[in-house]
Amino acid sequence: MNTATIKTNINTAQPAAETAQQVEKDSVYSTRQLNLWYGNNHALKNVDLEIGENEVTAIIGPSGCGKSTYLKTLNRMVELVPSVKTSGEIQYRGRNIFDSDYSVEELRTRVGMVFQKPNPFPKSIYDNIAYGPRIHGIKNRKILDEIVEKSLRGAAIWDEVKDRLNENAYGISGGQQQRICIARALAIEPDVILMDEPTSALDPISTLKVEELVQELKEQYSIIIVTHNMQQAARISDKTAFFLNGEVIEYDSTDAIFSNPADKRTEDYISGRFG
Amino acid sequence: MAVREKFEYELHSAQEQLITLSTMAIDALDKSMKALIAHDIDKALQVIDDDADINRLEEELNDQVILLIAKQSPVATDLRRLIVTIKVASDMERVGDYAVNIAKETIRIGQQDLLEPIVKIQRMHELATSMLRQGIDALIEEDVEKAKEIADLDDEVDDLYGEAIRLLFQHSAQEPEQLSQVTQLAFVCRYMERSADYATNIAEQLFYLVRGRHYDLNK
Repeated sequence: MNTATIKTNINTAQPAAETAQQVEKDSVYSTRQLNLWYGNNHALKNVDLEIGENEVTAIIGPSGCGKSTYLKTLNRMVELVPSVKTSGEIQYRGRNIFDSDYSVEELRTRVGMVFQKPNPFPKSIYDNIAYGPRIHGIKNRKILDEIVEKSLRGAAIWDEVKDRLNENAYGISGGQQQRICIARALAIEPDVILMDEPTSALDPISTLKVEELVQELKEQYSIIIVTHNMQQAARISDKTAFFLNGEVIEYDSTDAIFSNPADKRTEDYISGRFG
Repeated sequence: MAVREKFEYELHSAQEQLITLSTMAIDALDKSMKALIAHDIDKALQVIDDDADINRLEEELNDQVILLIAKQSPVATDLRRLIVTIKVASDMERVGDYAVNIAKETIRIGQQDLLEPIVKIQRMHELATSMLRQGIDALIEEDVEKAKEIADLDDEVDDLYGEAIRLLFQHSAQEPEQLSQVTQLAFVCRYMERSADYATNIAEQLFYLVRGRHYDLNK
């Protein structure tokens, strides 16, 4: 053994094998110096984040850290809250979504959203899925049929509901309702899907089904998911952002965040020492 | 209330178990060497008997760590700490096995006078046990500086191993009737050299635990 070589090896802190370099993908969203206030409450502080295309990005952090606020900023839904003020910018596909001439309707057509509790419309399964396309002017029954089937297949629920398309969506299980909501988001052929704790109201099997679905969907869509379930973030995401008190403390590959985070606050949070 | 108090407690208890196991294994190696030097067959038999306790402790520790992983879903440093605990326990269990092997060689050699290279083997043993103890200390304190020194000591053990084997071969050429003891001592040499390598492994594990990356100190 060559001692000199080993000493150099240790002292320069070079590991024997480097982990594979993360290949940077194109950004679908670029957030730069985003600040957001609810009245006097400074809820997001100088957030810089690049969201990769065809990736699953998980946003984690304790309650009140700003993760849901950030998610709702990405489709400007946060503006529904009175007294919201923002500064900085969020570029979606190269255009700042806060530009005065930016169409919110256009943005929300490109960016679908799935919420914590399944919220199907009190309509048939079919009409739930056809709702968005109809608003966009599609009346042709054959085309609607195709969209409904494609969306339900995309959300991995077609086989379970294909014989009950005219039944009320309230009549199926919570897990199925959530996948109907995902299918409803897919029906308008979005580019991005935002998910706000999409499995927190679901049983473990339904949760795993939605998680598997997310893995399949990322082939075609970019997905940003807020989750309180750390293991879920570890299982399904490519990148993870840790938010604390409105700031992004650490943003890295999920592998790095859950095996060797750079910031002690991240480590303390993911290992359950606070939050 | 401290968060994860139960997890911390159980992690600590697994680490204490590892220290107990390691101390038993290193003591066994020590005892086997003393038995060899003193031609003490009773002591050698005791090393062989006691190995069952080391094996049982390693199995218990494995079960304990598997339960902790299953029930507490540890991540990052916590997870590495647990993985390192079972890997080091496995290495220490092997050290216990080497002690048994040396005890068996002691019984085979019986009351024959030991060949002169035993001096080198004794030195190897001193170094190997000191490296193992230092490895465990470093692990308890999570002190990478202490771990670095182990790699350097391993070079000395490797050199001694080369010298001892060369001397033993010379003996076998000059005194063919000693071939049997030459073979037995060559095995003892090998067990000591491997035990020192396990100390280096522990140092590597400590680097992995603290820095989250793999280091090869065993080249």
